Amino acid sequence: MYRYNDFDEAFVRNRVAEFREQVRRRIDGSLTEDEFKPLRLKNGLYLQLHAYMLRVAIPYGTLNSRQMRQLALIAERFDKGYGHFTTRQNIQFNWPRLKDVPDILELLADVEMHSIQTSGNCIRNVTADHFAGAAADEIEDPRPTAELVRQWSTDHPEFQYLPRKFKIAVSGSPNDRAVTKANDIGLRMVRNEAGEPGYEVIVGGGLGRTPMIGKTVREFLPKDDLLPYLEAILQVYNLSGRRDNKYKARIKILVHETGLDELKARIEDAFERQKRAFPGVPADLIRQIEEAFAPPEFENTQSLAYEQAQADNPAFRSFVETNVAEHRNPAYGIVTVSLKPIGGTPGDATAEQMRVLADLAERYGHDELRVSHEQNIILPHVRKADVPTVYAALGEAGLATANIGLLSDIIACPGMDYCSLATARSIPVAQAISKRFDELNLEREIGPLKIKISGCINACGHHHVGHIGILGLDKAGRENYQITLGGDGTESATIGERTGPGFDAEDIVPAIEAIIEAYLALREDASETFLEAYRRLGAEPFKQAIYGENGDKARAA
Amino acid sequence: MAREYKPRIVTANDLIEGDVVYFTASHNWSRDIGEAVVAWSREAAEQLLAAAQAQENRVVGPYLAETDIGEDNRPQPVHFREVFRTRGPSNYFHGKQAET
Ligand code: SF4
Repeated sequence: MYRYNDFDEAFVRNRVAEFREQVRRRIDGSLTEDEFKPLRLKNGLYLQLHAYMLRVAIPYGTLNSRQMRQLALIAERFDKGYGHFTTRQNIQFNWPRLKDVPDILELLADVEMHSIQTSGNCIRNVTADHFAGAAADEIEDPRPTAELVRQWSTDHPEFQYLPRKFKIAVSGSPNDRAVTKANDIGLRMVRNEAGEPGYEVIVGGGLGRTPMIGKTVREFLPKDDLLPYLEAILQVYNLSGRRDNKYKARIKILVHETGLDELKARIEDAFERQKRAFPGVPADLIRQIEEAFAPPEFENTQSLAYEQAQADNPAFRSFVETNVAEHRNPAYGIVTVSLKPIGGTPGDATAEQMRVLADLAERYGHDELRVSHEQNIILPHVRKADVPTVYAALGEAGLATANIGLLSDIIACPGMDYCSLATARSIPVAQAISKRFDELNLEREIGPLKIKISGCINACGHHHVGHIGILGLDKAGRENYQITLGGDGTESATIGERTGPGFDAEDIVPAIEAIIEAYLALREDASETFLEAYRRLGAEPFKQAIYGENGDKARAA
Repeated sequence: MAREYKPRIVTANDLIEGDVVYFTASHNWSRDIGEAVVAWSREAAEQLLAAAQAQENRVVGPYLAETDIGEDNRPQPVHFREVFRTRGPSNYFHGKQAET
């Protein structure tokens, strides 16, 4: 893991001290809310529906056990005993009191964490593949790149007041687990014909009110050119991005309005200038970052415990099938811990659970943890021989739900249970769907399926790229839910299509059930996934299933 | 024809705690919507809001919310958002439900 140097440490501590003073002045009345609000947002502190919310960055989703324990401590001491992991690889605390926030930031600084740039029109927390450094299909670990981008973007003087927020995601594998095509910039590691590693650079993806899939502006960018090229993109955006209309200010609109060729030309032009002035990243720094992400020392011990436990215990076998992914070292597995128990709140973990995860990472996982954009926690390097023990410990902590990639592994944003921007709730919909399908006992039969739910058009729940997406709206003072189908957030990214009119809260679960029933009846065989079936059949049969032949909305009885 | 005026109350978030509060007849802030003072006309609502805004060292973001009057003569939320604000999150039993 990357460790702070003296400069990083002093920078974060100074920010905490500065904010402590600002909070003091707000409380004693010397700062008005208008003056204070931009300052608190610069430190990731929002005011939500029922309380303040502090958003803490977990750069590229990587943390160690010490950091996880500190998050547990904060959850316990300053919150209601839990934290919420988000689709941006952040953790949010939902109940801090204003006067306690400087103390929380101090505790975070003690473990090299902070809340800087988790809000505002700046470059936000850099996200990356949650299997980074572990995945069998990886070209290169994307985290050194993400760390370099983090260092470059933190407090970058030119990019603190962009037209809008700016999100960068990095993937190191051909299988995109970082939703690179729905970010302002997506970097996908590729190799050129000579076998050298570099990046495919994708620009202008984003969800929200105007969902768009990013477009490739460079098929191959040599690694050394990364920072001047990013600088060039950001300069073009900073200069030409729209500031007259908040809803048209993201770079995706610039790509759309300018046209790809013209924009590429502008970026290349700016890049030429940047490159001439760019002295290069000091070799020392590159080395230091790369060393920080050197793979742990894997033991190549073989053991039959893993296979034996699967043979002996069907529940463990199910867990392995869904929650353990292939590691680059065949003696290891990547264990994804589901934060989606049936009927639970997607992404929530209690302080106690965080401590269990920290202990397991320390004992069996080379002290590494990851947060995924799908709101789960990953133990990236677990010896297969230890997986049965880890599974047992997870079970005791209520963390052994074997549902990764299945129907109940739902992404749901906080929605109107917490979020002041929401137009409807999203968590209760996720809870109701997971409970209903648990009753039906159909989840494994249905196979891979991604349901994603947002409580408003901002789409933090990524509903546009859900195989089934659900968007909560306010229709004449009632919660109403619109369905999109066929979305995909991977390398074959697609925006889902709206089925038609939305459903009232009591009708949304039956509608999802009707869609699933249609899929089960229409699929070629059990190996055809929902997404494949949808792509083959189109929207029509699914629309009929939920609206009926005449387009009347039929409640599936 | 102008839409019939719905009575309103002023609500905000407490500066330190962040939780939902309502402006009372004595120009204090209560966590109980039932104690909110009701403005029966547009003018009264504007005056009430101005008085609430003057207390920005105690609360954040005061605004007017439509209200119904219950059988007990106490204000009640109209829009579902305001209903949730009186209750706290619905995903599990914590927050306001657990505190009262
Ligand atoms: S999608 Fe909307 S409701 Fe959900 S967290 Fe984002 S802003 Fe809030």
